Amino acid sequence: MILRELSEAIGLSGAEDAVRALIVGHICDYVDDMQVDSMGNLLAVRRGTGQSSLRIMAAAHMDEVGMIVMGIDGDGFIRFDQIGGLDDRILPGMRVLVGKDHIPGVVSWKPIHLGTDENTVSKKRLRIDIGATSKASAEAAVKPGDHIAFDSPFVELGPTVRGKAFDDRAGCASLIALIQGERFPFDLIVAFTTQEEVGTRGAQIAAQRFGPDAAFVLETTACHDLPQDPNEPDQTTITRLGGGPAITVMDRSMVSDPRLVRHLTRVAEAEGIPHQFRSPLHAGGTDAGIIHRTGKGVPSVVIANPCRYIHGPNSIMSLADFENQSRLARAGLMALTDSVLRR
Amino acid sequence: MTLDLKAFVKQLSEIPAPSGHEAPARDAIRAAWAGLVDTIEPDGLGSLIAVKHGSGQEPHRRIMLCAHMDEIGLIAAEVRDGFIRAEKLGGVDTRVLLSQPVLVHGRRVLKGVFGAAPPHMARSRKTYPALEDLWIDVGLTAEDVAAVVRPGDLITFDATATDLKGRRIAGKSLDNRVSIAAVTLCLEELSRRAHNWDVVAVASVQEETHLLGAVTAAYRVAPDLAIAIDTTFGMQPGVGDDEGFELAGGPTLGLGPNFHPRLYDVLRKTARTHEIKLQTEVMPGNSGTDAWEIQVSRTGVPTALLSIPIRNMHTPSEVVDLRDIERTARLMAIFIAEMGPDFLDDISLELTGCADDDEGDDE
Repeated sequence: MILRELSEAIGLSGAEDAVRALIVGHICDYVDDMQVDSMGNLLAVRRGTGQSSLRIMAAAHMDEVGMIVMGIDGDGFIRFDQIGGLDDRILPGMRVLVGKDHIPGVVSWKPIHLGTDENTVSKKRLRIDIGATSKASAEAAVKPGDHIAFDSPFVELGPTVRGKAFDDRAGCASLIALIQGERFPFDLIVAFTTQEEVGTRGAQIAAQRFGPDAAFVLETTACHDLPQDPNEPDQTTITRLGGGPAITVMDRSMVSDPRLVRHLTRVAEAEGIPHQFRSPLHAGGTDAGIIHRTGKGVPSVVIANPCRYIHGPNSIMSLADFENQSRLARAGLMALTDSVLRR
Repeated sequence: MTLDLKAFVKQLSEIPAPSGHEAPARDAIRAAWAGLVDTIEPDGLGSLIAVKHGSGQEPHRRIMLCAHMDEIGLIAAEVRDGFIRAEKLGGVDTRVLLSQPVLVHGRRVLKGVFGAAPPHMARSRKTYPALEDLWIDVGLTAEDVAAVVRPGDLITFDATATDLKGRRIAGKSLDNRVSIAAVTLCLEELSRRAHNWDVVAVASVQEETHLLGAVTAAYRVAPDLAIAIDTTFGMQPGVGDDEGFELAGGPTLGLGPNFHPRLYDVLRKTARTHEIKLQTEVMPGNSGTDAWEIQVSRTGVPTALLSIPIRNMHTPSEVVDLRDIERTARLMAIFIAEMGPDFLDDISLELTGCADDDEGDDE
């Protein structure tokens, strides 16, 4: 399953090489003008049938959140910081893979027997143990700047899958499916972007390069549809697992172009594709946030897989939602014409 | 002509030029660079852009060396009864202001001091006062002050640059005038070395407020490669192992998503080959420097960051070791001189993964 290999591949922001190589293998027979730019974005064109002269960009980001080695203590324990958004509270006892050689390690945690009643322990005070017995033996294996990834295998649970980095390898898999399928009326500019998690950096230069007429961003978004405390004033789930891919109307980074939201909604209803709308009330941004404000302005919209526990080692995503993401994107792109974008 | 580094750094240090008001710094830098470059002119926001052409095989690629020339400062917010209340212009640490001498740049320059209640009177000696509770006293009558100072006038630290022991100096605005000095030394070194690439030296504006000068300068120059030069935290009491770098240990080279990984490798190798001290500074995200904006200019610019360690950053008494400035300059000059016309190919990120290596062949 392509989701498995993409999920298990390691590619934190700024070092997406392994993910990029995997994706190239899946698309190189289907695209033209494939190139890698200075930030590692994988850019290509899926030629259209020639019926339309629109230039539409479809993007998904390759990078994932994780950690980075900051230094090594005298006893061989590793100090670290985060790359992208991470909740310090998920760290205790976590299994990790350190550096290019994927050296296994654990985040050390003082036994509860010895602990005083503490609230969150900041990562500044946590260390990673790779089994080194001295500073020298740790330094022989690990150096500052090495990336640290979640060590979590992909698991098929039936209707759902569990693993790391569905944000946004699931979007990458959907984009691959779009490329491998039937041609669109127009040339589709595809961008597998880098460094989304540290500030939507790769998408910025990709969009500045192409100046597309519109952009579809395939993302993976938060889902908090667990039983909630009825006294909690905020009862929002953001999205619901199994409710279909979520169309973003608004998030922290942008207001989706209402013409594209309307267009996708009509297409989904006409073709009976399950879909939902992401709660606009919650934080979070995507590559669309930077793409829509590049150049002369790029009408943009986001279609996202709902995913529980994102930015953690064991996220859960619905396979039906995932399959419907590329279905909705494909239907929306196929039906996209000048008139949709006309004012 | 050989630059007197210490005198030049001290001269630059004492220039008052907060963000958006860089003219005095620009004039001094233009004077220092004019004889070293082929063209020199400011851009629309005031960044100074100087080009030193390369030689040999054309077309020449362009490398941009970008150091910001602005400094943090203050701005008069209110004049009341002969006293002046200030607002920040950049990341001033209000805790260092009590009894600090300043220059108030009104219709004429006034010498002032941030007043502090005598210890006997202070309500609490455990906390630092908020900026809105601090008043600058210029020692003049209320009428005289009202005639000379208006809200919006600039306020800068009144601090001379001082020799410390060895080759260390203390002064204000070493962030980032030491980097201007490094670029100047580099240009001087390049006047003695052949180089193929065009070198575009930029003294950027408004870094301390918005990283702004780097945005427009990079857009205008459209470089093929860039090195931003800035300052970083020197080791000192209270600064941890992950936070600070050895003074006189050489500049740091940034490592993280903001920086091109292959360019990092080449610079590190150049330093090793030529025995130039260089430290590594891991930056997990936004470097907070001009490099952050340059990297995403236009279709992207492979970018590196060299940072010179200074102590007491953003105080009137920053401390630098001049040898770190020289090392930064030497590393850049050697790197530039060694770059061939095809250097970009040497550092390009690979397109690998096609089974038959037959790229872009449609089904």
